Parts: sequence; C-alpha cells; structure tokens
Amino acid sequence: MTRIVLTVNGERHEATDLWGGESLLTLLRDSLELPGSKNACEQGECGSCSVLLDGELVCACLVLAAQSDGHEVVTIEGLADGDELHPVQQAFVETGAVQCGFCTPGLVVAVADLLERTPSPSEDEMREALSGNVCRCTGYVKIFDAVRLAAERAT
Amino acid sequence: MDVLTPRNLDEALRLKSDLPEARFVLGGTDVMVELNFRASRPPALVNLAELGELRGFTTDGGELRLGAGLTYTEALSGRLAERLPALAEASRTVGSPQIRNRGTIGGNLGTASPAGDALPPLLVERARVELASVRGVRILPLEEFLLGVKRTALAPDELVTAVRLTPSGGPQTFMKVGPRNAMVIAICSLAVVVDDEAGEVRAAFGSAAETAIRVTVPLDEAGALPERVATAASPIDDVRATAAYRRHALRVLAQRALARCLR
Ligand SMILES: Cc1cc2nc3c(=O)[nH]c(=O)nc-3n(C[C@H](O)[C@H](O)[C@H](O)COP(=O)(O)OP(=O)(O)OC[C@H]3O[C@@H](n4cnc5c(N)ncnc54)[C@H](O)[C@@H]3O)c2cc1C
Ligand code: FES
Ligand code: FES
Repeated sequence: MTRIVLTVNGERHEATDLWGGESLLTLLRDSLELPGSKNACEQGECGSCSVLLDGELVCACLVLAAQSDGHEVVTIEGLADGDELHPVQQAFVETGAVQCGFCTPGLVVAVADLLERTPSPSEDEMREALSGNVCRCTGYVKIFDAVRLAAERAT
Repeated sequence: MDVLTPRNLDEALRLKSDLPEARFVLGGTDVMVELNFRASRPPALVNLAELGELRGFTTDGGELRLGAGLTYTEALSGRLAERLPALAEASRTVGSPQIRNRGTIGGNLGTASPAGDALPPLLVERARVELASVRGVRILPLEEFLLGVKRTALAPDELVTAVRLTPSGGPQTFMKVGPRNAMVIAICSLAVVVDDEAGEVRAAFGSAAETAIRVTVPLDEAGALPERVATAASPIDDVRATAAYRRHALRVLAQRALARCLR
C-alpha cells in the first residue's frame, strides 16, 4: 500500500508494501538491507539507531518510515569512503572505544554530527552531544578519548 | 494502517474532518514509541511533518507565534531563546539531541503529559493555543486546553497549529528534578517569571498534578510563592518519586527560582 522513495547514503531507494506504522529503522534494516543502524530499545532511549535525516541527528526508530519519503538519510554505512574509514571510525578503532560494538554505529554517527557542527567541542559539549547514546560496555572513557582524537586530527 | 501526508494545512484539516479517528504524527517521538510497542493501532496516521504552515516561529508586533512544529532544538538557542529564556532552558533538558531535533512543542501539547517540559514555561508566559479545523480557528488559554492526564480540549477534527504569546521580558527560569541531566522524565519541574509590568510573579509546575498548573502571586508577596506552589500541587507516589518528595522539591525549586529571578 504505502510506497515511498528516499535517498540513503546518496542512493535512491524505493520501498513498497510498507506497513503504515513501520519505522525508518525497520525499513533500513529489513527492506533496504542496511543493518548497521542497531535496534536495541525502539523507544529513543539508547541512540544505537542514530542516523542523519536531512542532515539532522535523529533516532531512526522514532521516525515513521513514510516520513522519510522524499528525504535524505545518511546511515553508518554511508560514512566510510570505500575502504577508507571515516576519521571518527578510525579514532574509535585506535583508542579501543569498541567492545561489543552494539552502540558503536550510533555513537559514530552522533560524534561525526557533533564534530561537523562543533569541530573543537569542550568536555561539556561532548557529554551533552552524546547524552542520548548509551553504551553498556566501555564506561565511556575510551569513547571520549576517541572524540578528542578525532577532533584533534580534524583541526 | 494508511499513512496520509497532506501537503498543506487545508488538506490536513479536511483529512482529519473525514477521518476523526486518524492519529497525527509530527515529530513522532511519542507516537512512534506507542506504535513500536503496539500500544496504539489507529486506523490511519496523518503525517504533519510536510506542513510548512506549522514550522518555525513568527513575530507580529509584540506577539510571538510559535508553530506547532517548532522543535526543541530551534527553541533552545538564538533569537527565540532570548525572548523565551525559560522555554529555552526547558527545551535543553528534553531527552537528548536526537529527541530535541524531532520533538515539537505541538507534539508536547498533543500528548499533554503532566511532565511535558514545554508546558510550565508556556504557562508562565500566559500562552494561548491556536486550534484549527474545517470549522474555523479558535484560541484557548493553555490552562483551558490542558484538561487532565493526556487529556486536552482538542476536538476530534482539530489540529494545534500554533502557540501564541506576548513575551513578558521578565527574569525567568526553568528547573527540573531527575536522576540525570539528560533523558529524564521530570520528577517535578518548575518555571518562574517575575513580571514587573503586571506586578506579579507567576510559577507553573509539572509532574505534580494531573496537568501542569500555574500559580500567581502579587510581586510584593513573592515570598509566599514556595508555599503557594507546594499547596497547589497534588502529586502522587510513583516509581520515580513519592508525593512527599515532589512537594518538598517544588518548595525548594521555588525558593531557588525566586533567588535567581528577583535580583
Ligand atoms: C527518549 C525520549 C525522551 C523524551 N524526553 C522528554 C523530556 O525530557 N521532556 C518532555 O516533555 N518530553 C519528552 N519526551 C516526549 C516527547 O519527545 C515530547 O512530548 C515531544 O514534544 C513530542 O513531540 P512530537 O512532535 O515528537 O510528537 P508526536 O509523537 O508526533 O505527537 C505527540 C502527540 O500529539 C499529537 N499531535 C502531534 N501534532 C499535533 C498537532 N499539530 N495537533 C494536535 N495533535 C498533535 C499526536 O497525535 C500525538 O498524540 C521524550 C520522548 C522520548 C522518546
Ligand atoms: S533503538 Fe532507537 S534509540 Fe534505541
Ligand atoms: S561497546 Fe558494547 S554497548 Fe558500547
């Protein structure tokens, strides 16, 4: 019934036969075969589904799939340049900011968004910007190391 | 479940008039949680996100018109934050950046949770709600719009188009009690404005009664505000806090807010 056309990571996608109440997260993972955005809570609490919708950081689980019709989405799969990791991904690897990795895609998208807007964030700005991304493993210390490293290299 | 995406306000009003059981979705931060958890299965969804008429804010003389689609991110900085500092402070406490980028003032009114963080700052600024339907437009004081826990005066064919108010320009603040600085449903919250021109201090609290509630005292009796707020509250015990704690916290917040605003 519902048919939508959207751009994901620069590519045009079409989806048909969506259930009306379907989220953008389900659309990305189940129909467009982009499982990088994770589904942990489906209620906006964990940030593991963070993507950019028209350049704004959002939880894909809280966007109605039909609301992305005609819009542009960037997911974690769209950050690397071919085999070359995005600087934020590279910083996560080098600082050991990844343990189980479940929170990582959402955090990387959130950090990339932060550094795009605020190239040299203060500690408080970092904490505020990542307050919607939950990690059960790392205790966040290495994650903030990664943000600092990526910020340093960018400036 | 069909999703209907009107491209202008008139079309939206016609759709809702034809399908009063349809549910609006604006930012989706409340509706999607219900859909994801199967708590709600409306026959149709009306997606309001494409309506330019609901976006941003406009100024008309001294009056501000905040579109229902104004996001917390838009309210927390810039020109609007200068004119409505308490709303900006409240917006900054909402959820996380992801939630603030999507969540809207219109959606906060639509949900009408007693914990809705936009409500106390709007109440102290004597905001009015603009409601539209195919029958026309009506304007209600916010306190008359909020009827109870998640209950409003919105008719089945109506849509919240905007919130209108004339900023008092007075010193004001918003405070919120919770276990973290982010991602917190208020245990209780309080907005206060000192309005010299009207000769009064207005406070409004959240999460301590069936709706957010405003309390007004004359400026020369400002010292009575904390007790007046505590008395007006009718909090409950729940998983987040006890009623006694909420009442106590409101008294403390009111004292602190006065200290901030009465300098
Ligand atoms: C993780 C998380 C954290 C949150 N934190 C907070 C917080 O700190 N403080 C807080 O107050 N809230 C919080 N919320 C709740 C939510 O973000 C807010 O209530 C927000 O303002 C809802 O706006 P929306 O545009 O997303 O609403 P939607 O979900 O689109 O709609 C909400 C309700 O309003 C109705 N509606 C929407 N637009 C209109 C309209 N124009 N006219 C009539 N009815 C309409 C809808 O049908 C629905 O019933 C949080 C939610 C999540 C998921
Ligand atoms: S899955 Fe979207 S925020 Fe947790
Ligand atoms: S690395 Fe496991 S949740 Fe963050």
